[in-house]
Amino acid sequence: MATAENPKYKVIGTRPIRHDGADKVTGRARYGADIQLSGMLYGAMLRSPHAHANIKSIDTSKAEALPGVRAVATSADLPEQGDRVVELGEGAANMRHLTANVLARGKVLYRGHSIAAVAADNIHIAEEAIKLIEVEYELLPPVMDVVGAMAENAPVLNDDIRTESVGSAPPAKDSKPTNVAKHFLFEKGDVAAGFAEADIIVEREFDTAMVHQGYIEPHNATVLWNTDGKLTVWISTQGSFTVRQQTAELLKIPISNVKVIPTEIGGGFGGKISVYLPPVAAVLSKKTGRPVKLVMSRTNVFEATGPTPGSHMKVKLGATKDGKLVAGEAWIAFEAGAYTGSPIGPACMCVFACYDLPHGRVEGFDVCVNKPRTNAYRAPGSTHVAFATETLVNEICEKIDVDPAEFRINNAAKEGVRRVDGPVYARVGMVETVEAIKNSEHYKTALEGKYRGRGIASGFWFNCGLKSAASATVNPDGTVSLLEGSTDIGGSRTGIAMQLAEALGITAEEVIPAVGDTDSVGYCDVTGGSRVTFATGIAAIEAAKDIQRQLVDRAAMIWEVDSSHVSYSDGGVHGPDGKQLSFKEMAAKLHGTGGAVIGRGTSSEATQGGAFGTHCVDVEVDVDLGKVQILRYTAAQDAGTAIHPSYVEGQMQGGAVQGIGWALNEEYWYDEQGEMRNSTYLDYRIPTCYDVPMIDTIIVEVPDPQHPYGVRGVGEVPICPPPAAIANAIYDAVGVRMHDLPMSPPKLLAEILKK
Amino acid sequence: MATRTMPRVFIPPPMRSLTEGEEVVDVGGTNLGQVIAHLERRFPGMKERLCQDDDIRPGLSVAVAGSVATLGMLQRTNPEVEIHFLPAIGGG
Repeated sequence: MATAENPKYKVIGTRPIRHDGADKVTGRARYGADIQLSGMLYGAMLRSPHAHANIKSIDTSKAEALPGVRAVATSADLPEQGDRVVELGEGAANMRHLTANVLARGKVLYRGHSIAAVAADNIHIAEEAIKLIEVEYELLPPVMDVVGAMAENAPVLNDDIRTESVGSAPPAKDSKPTNVAKHFLFEKGDVAAGFAEADIIVEREFDTAMVHQGYIEPHNATVLWNTDGKLTVWISTQGSFTVRQQTAELLKIPISNVKVIPTEIGGGFGGKISVYLPPVAAVLSKKTGRPVKLVMSRTNVFEATGPTPGSHMKVKLGATKDGKLVAGEAWIAFEAGAYTGSPIGPACMCVFACYDLPHGRVEGFDVCVNKPRTNAYRAPGSTHVAFATETLVNEICEKIDVDPAEFRINNAAKEGVRRVDGPVYARVGMVETVEAIKNSEHYKTALEGKYRGRGIASGFWFNCGLKSAASATVNPDGTVSLLEGSTDIGGSRTGIAMQLAEALGITAEEVIPAVGDTDSVGYCDVTGGSRVTFATGIAAIEAAKDIQRQLVDRAAMIWEVDSSHVSYSDGGVHGPDGKQLSFKEMAAKLHGTGGAVIGRGTSSEATQGGAFGTHCVDVEVDVDLGKVQILRYTAAQDAGTAIHPSYVEGQMQGGAVQGIGWALNEEYWYDEQGEMRNSTYLDYRIPTCYDVPMIDTIIVEVPDPQHPYGVRGVGEVPICPPPAAIANAIYDAVGVRMHDLPMSPPKLLAEILKK
Repeated sequence: MATRTMPRVFIPPPMRSLTEGEEVVDVGGTNLGQVIAHLERRFPGMKERLCQDDDIRPGLSVAVAGSVATLGMLQRTNPEVEIHFLPAIGGG
């Protein structure tokens, strides 16, 4: 592990057994589909077989008449939303679009778009009933690709969308609707002058396919709408508070009427932030007076949740012959899916974020197409643009004969550098991650063999701060019960418990962490943006400081001195004349000194410093089949301070493997009618342990000055470099530059045969 | 180098029609609300583009001194800071 300027900790940096380990390995952990309630009904949903159609009529009478069916719901059961744009904690949503995505209103915009739902005594009756619902469609031509959707004569999906931008003027009343929902433009310096300084300019066009997050656990929700008007929602989610708000907004009821109980979560990666099922289950529960459970199939998950967009990009870079980047220009169009909301903004902000670029211009477009509404996926938008920029960087390096690691170090973003979108970097670790790769045994070991090649690439993500809360109760036996509201996807409850333990001077095992429901814990934003270990960690540290203050007062009471003569350090209180009591001894005295000690902490004050990663990969290409085999893979990443190194390594490895999937195999495969033809894991090919070697990791630690222990989020960055690193390795192996993801065997073979 | 006396605001390209093309302007204010009020006085129409119901528009984020403002219009500013209006960022 590379380290920098980090002090010695007792708990941080160790690898305690995870607190949820026993439940997870024995199968006792409760996931959403495990919820069983007395009198519970089972739901099923009717989904559109068409990619684009008007709904002329819906007849549910035959379904309602089927024995065992208790209720049927359509969009008529959800309130009208009007033109409302609501901030939902991690991004804004147009409520008209959000409700139409939950249950279609008059029009279906993608295959799998939900139309109606049934609650029945068992799932078999529910599934039979939805077949009895009769829908009359008026078919419309679908538009499936981003460039086609931008054309003047393209079919328009939404009649209420006009192009918006940051600070743009309101649209004219007589303006025509469009599929181009957003347009962003960022400029720095004088791009024309910058390119005029360049000795070498490379410009290429890139395409990436729509890709799913591929979490193993499908979406689910169980809802009870009680007779007192209160709803309880059990759900697998990345954010119980955003589920509360979205559900309340969609049903137009107060948020205090909604209690969300997060279950364990089997992966999310950004895809479990939007709600799809809770409002539907709520309506069915209200109609029946019974709890209703809805669980998606894998095909539902593919066709009707929120994958990451496909894209088309034109990117241009200029450099001097001595290896200095002087200018960059990017034109980026993302498939938003049926409704606006792709991560085109962050894509524009990330495309040149790894470099100190004196002149830059970036233009981005969010474009509606007849595919599911896209959603976040690790470092949303950054992987797409890293594929483009990092491929061009290596092409420049080849043309001017400079080592690609050296080039990246010489041009790296660092403290004081202004990004093309404006803000200036604080202390960041891009240089250190490239140096870590350059100095690795992997990079220094020559790769031998025919059709084998090596590539490197870097990536960036901002990392969010947002809002978190935690409380911690001291138990008489010297343990602490920690309650926080960040649903735990990647081991965060242990990482947060470790920060509390470090602050109190106790062990990680002496902290008992739990994720609370929305009625039990203070507001927490979503588990996403690599924010939880950073922000909820700060909240836990603040809770620990609150406990320290209270224990100081209790000790002062015991010693009959003023609190100003007592301090807390090294896991205990210290008073005059060498008096001291350990945390455990103080805990045993709580009942006699005033009762419970409960620490509270919040955080909302800061954003994080950005995080960078650099990866190195060796591949072997089968030139007869076009198949790429990953031979060796090393990921280096700036983690600020690694709280639990095993979790950091796990995020780096998981992100790298997902990026390998983007690079080589994964894509939504649509036919001309807009039907996804590979909506199962049999046909949608994610990497397995048979496809990848052990991913070696190098944790670089450049502490973030905005966190007490220097934490930087780690979940997002590792997905960014793999596609470009692999593309660069393929070129090194067989001399073919790939500009289209995935670089699947048919595409690569076609390019090899062109040579 | 002269010390600045007011926060520096970077104007997004679509709003430069309101600033007669100026890309960067210095305006007074000790919090973001005051800065936007000063912008509005100097460049009428600015507030409507940036705000909804007296708060920052949904989908818009404001970076003050490099950090995303979490306190909205109450975010403190000082003469040293830069202010950027950016698309809101969500993570995975």
